[in-house]
Amino acid sequence: MTEKIQFRIRRQDTPYSPAYWQTFQLPFREGLNVVSALMMIRQNPLTTDGMKVDPVAWEFNCMEEVCGACTMLINHRPMPACSTLVDTLQQPITLEPLSKFPVIRDLMVDRSRLFADLKRVRAWIEIDGAWDIHQGAPRISPEHWQDNYLYSRCMSCGSCLEACPQYAQTLPFVGAAALAAVRLMNNHPTGKYHRKQRLHAIMGEGGLSDCGNAQNCVQVCPKEIPLTTAIGELGRETTVQMLKDLFGSAD
Amino acid sequence: MSKPRKVIVVGGGLGGLWAALSVAEAGHQVQIFSLFEVKRSHSVCAQGGINACFDSKGERDSIWQHIVDTLKGGAYLANQPPVKSMCEDAPGLIQTFERMGVTFSRTAEGLLDLRLFGGVKHRRTLFAGASTGQQLLYGVDQEVRRQESLGRLRKFEWWEFLSLGLNQQGVCQGIIAMNLRTMEIKAFPSDAVILASGGMGQVYGHRSTNSTNSTGAAACRVYQQGAWFANTEFFQFHPTAMLGDDKTRLMSEAARGEGGRIWVPRDAQDRRRANQIPEQDRFYFLEEWYPSYGNTVPRDLASRAIWEVVHKLGLGVAGEAKVYLDLTHLNPGFIEQRLHAILDIYRKFHGTDPVHEPMEIYPSAHYAMGGLWVDFERDDTTGGIKHGSPRNHATNIPGLYACGECDYGYHGANRLGANSLLSASYSGRVAGESVANYLQGLQQGHPDSQDPIYSSEIKHQQGVNRQLINNQGEENPYQLHRELGELMSSQVGVVRDNQTLSNAIESLRTLQQRSRNIDLQERNSWSNQGLAYARQLQEMIRLGEVIAASALHRDECRGAHYKPEFELKLPENASAGDPAYETYRNHWKAQNQNWLKTTIAKQTDWGPQIDYQAVDLSVLAPEEPRDYR
Repeated sequence: MTEKIQFRIRRQDTPYSPAYWQTFQLPFREGLNVVSALMMIRQNPLTTDGMKVDPVAWEFNCMEEVCGACTMLINHRPMPACSTLVDTLQQPITLEPLSKFPVIRDLMVDRSRLFADLKRVRAWIEIDGAWDIHQGAPRISPEHWQDNYLYSRCMSCGSCLEACPQYAQTLPFVGAAALAAVRLMNNHPTGKYHRKQRLHAIMGEGGLSDCGNAQNCVQVCPKEIPLTTAIGELGRETTVQMLKDLFGSAD
Repeated sequence: MSKPRKVIVVGGGLGGLWAALSVAEAGHQVQIFSLFEVKRSHSVCAQGGINACFDSKGERDSIWQHIVDTLKGGAYLANQPPVKSMCEDAPGLIQTFERMGVTFSRTAEGLLDLRLFGGVKHRRTLFAGASTGQQLLYGVDQEVRRQESLGRLRKFEWWEFLSLGLNQQGVCQGIIAMNLRTMEIKAFPSDAVILASGGMGQVYGHRSTNSTNSTGAAACRVYQQGAWFANTEFFQFHPTAMLGDDKTRLMSEAARGEGGRIWVPRDAQDRRRANQIPEQDRFYFLEEWYPSYGNTVPRDLASRAIWEVVHKLGLGVAGEAKVYLDLTHLNPGFIEQRLHAILDIYRKFHGTDPVHEPMEIYPSAHYAMGGLWVDFERDDTTGGIKHGSPRNHATNIPGLYACGECDYGYHGANRLGANSLLSASYSGRVAGESVANYLQGLQQGHPDSQDPIYSSEIKHQQGVNRQLINNQGEENPYQLHRELGELMSSQVGVVRDNQTLSNAIESLRTLQQRSRNIDLQERNSWSNQGLAYARQLQEMIRLGEVIAASALHRDECRGAHYKPEFELKLPENASAGDPAYETYRNHWKAQNQNWLKTTIAKQTDWGPQIDYQAVDLSVLAPEEPRDYR
């Protein structure tokens, strides 16, 4: 028995051309994931109408859900295409590019804003230099490590931003990924030294207060990062910081 | 300070970002070129950890032991001064990562925790859960982003390196690159280039643990412009990868370091579920064959043992090419904390839970010990490298440097687990320092972008594109890549023989012919992924030939390169001092006389020309054969 699976794929030839849909049919294979299905399509890009078309363009690299490249809308939900197994999906399977980023071609989008926002919130530790200083950073308790490690696995895939009603190309909100990075950096023993700058970076327009508390982000994160917990913690910290800014403080 | 110069780094994984950081900190302008956003580089796939001697487990570990383990693990084929320096500088490198905010796993006391890895007796591997590569890359990525925000560094993401700009004297003065969106080909002049383009696992196609962009194409392109490859026959097969049609996903050596055991049913006909097979019916072959190191023998030995169990003893699980990697006897909470990332991958892709059912695994092409030949300068007072020497990590093309997996520097004939994150980071840092000093000695800057050294190369590269686009051939590039993967893993794999290797070279030449007769099936000239892929495919086939030819020429067994015909077998039940063992030792030394040398491959019109070079053995004389029993 050869079971068939169908893909409806949203195509777009260039960033400026109109989108259109095409349907492809493939034989099912045990353990098939969406990236390998797309690989089969590119090898023989024939639509169900029997039309020979250009291969579908999409982004992928590691194929084991750690690089963040292949995130797309799969049946209208942002998911990593590599780790999404076909037999868990309802047919026909709809593939679309993430809608919150400009389309490059087909399923490829330009996520450069995501990285620009990491700059905006100063998501780094200010070290004196990458040379040896013959000592490390202060110790970190295992519990503290466990909390931080949850956040350090963010692979900048953009799922949380896609699901967020407040995040859009026309809106300034930085979104959960950058906020979680602030949470992570602010909890590093020396990252703390620049806590205030990072908090200020998310206290203005497009910052924390633009979060509408829809809590979609945490539901779609493929790495189960507790994004809303980070946002809650930052809410308290920015409030305290605002009071400190108002009344002055030794800190 | 002398005039700031411009440096191009090709590749944004650990090696490239470290190199970029150290050049930027020296005050020069850096441009990083990457096929995609650098944060998505293959370094994120490294799982288990990074080695550095901290000796914080009461085991009397030492830096010297790290050096010895690395050199012996590599069957003495690595030049020793760079290895010595790498091991000495490793703890400082880790502390720098720690300062960058890398979330290393911690002990109860808040110290950096250590785990056991293969080919060693001491816990020496630092880790961040089972996603260490990801965490290390992110640490450097953050610092690079900071340099970027300070205007010292610029990223060119979605650009593909095509070739070097070489002047009349053969000095490298920049690169030619292709914009992967517009497909425009452009010159980028610079005063030096650091190639950090990563591994070449895709030469083994879908039978590799590598990311799809790890094609080795960039390295192969500079090879065609005169750079030498070294030791490419030494390709590591990781013993424990998941089975898969699209990719064989890595299951970290950390699984065994934390207590995982490899076994098969003793009876080939045994079809019971794994957890219904009692202890006495299980064959823990690594523990039986190597009682001293057990499941954590070096990877070349573990992969060969699995090969033997499956293909010679016919004991693969359910008659198929697979064995069990078992964690079910370990405390579920403990392994969840230490290995979550790989358990998660296995659950998602295989559908079963390794906490309750053993994983099914088989060896897979994983890491190139060989790569672009790079130089070093020995410091006779320390026995290590001379820090800051512009010779360190220089290729044979002046002005071109290489670091990370694309070079051949540190691992000899077999890499020890958790030494690759170390060598990638360390070599990047060293290459950066080295380039900064190379620039000090430069009299003249690069010419402007209109210079004929660039325009002629642009024209050539445009011609390559045109030919592929206009070609109405009948070959499918994706199909050819699949064939390449099958060919390389079956004929240039774990076990080799000369007849098969000669045949493989013939087949590769046929593949090369066919790859010129391609139908791209793609009319869209915007973001044309097929064009980039077809170009990379031709390089991968060429690389396959370099690997196969190097393997054909080396008539011995050493590390990952195994030709049974030339095997010197360790005498059974004998150890140092026994007459049988001493006879073996003498044979082994005689073999070293002939073969303990670096393979050099040079591009010629008729294929790779193979030469040899002496290995610097000034740190540890090869007196002790590898014996992990």
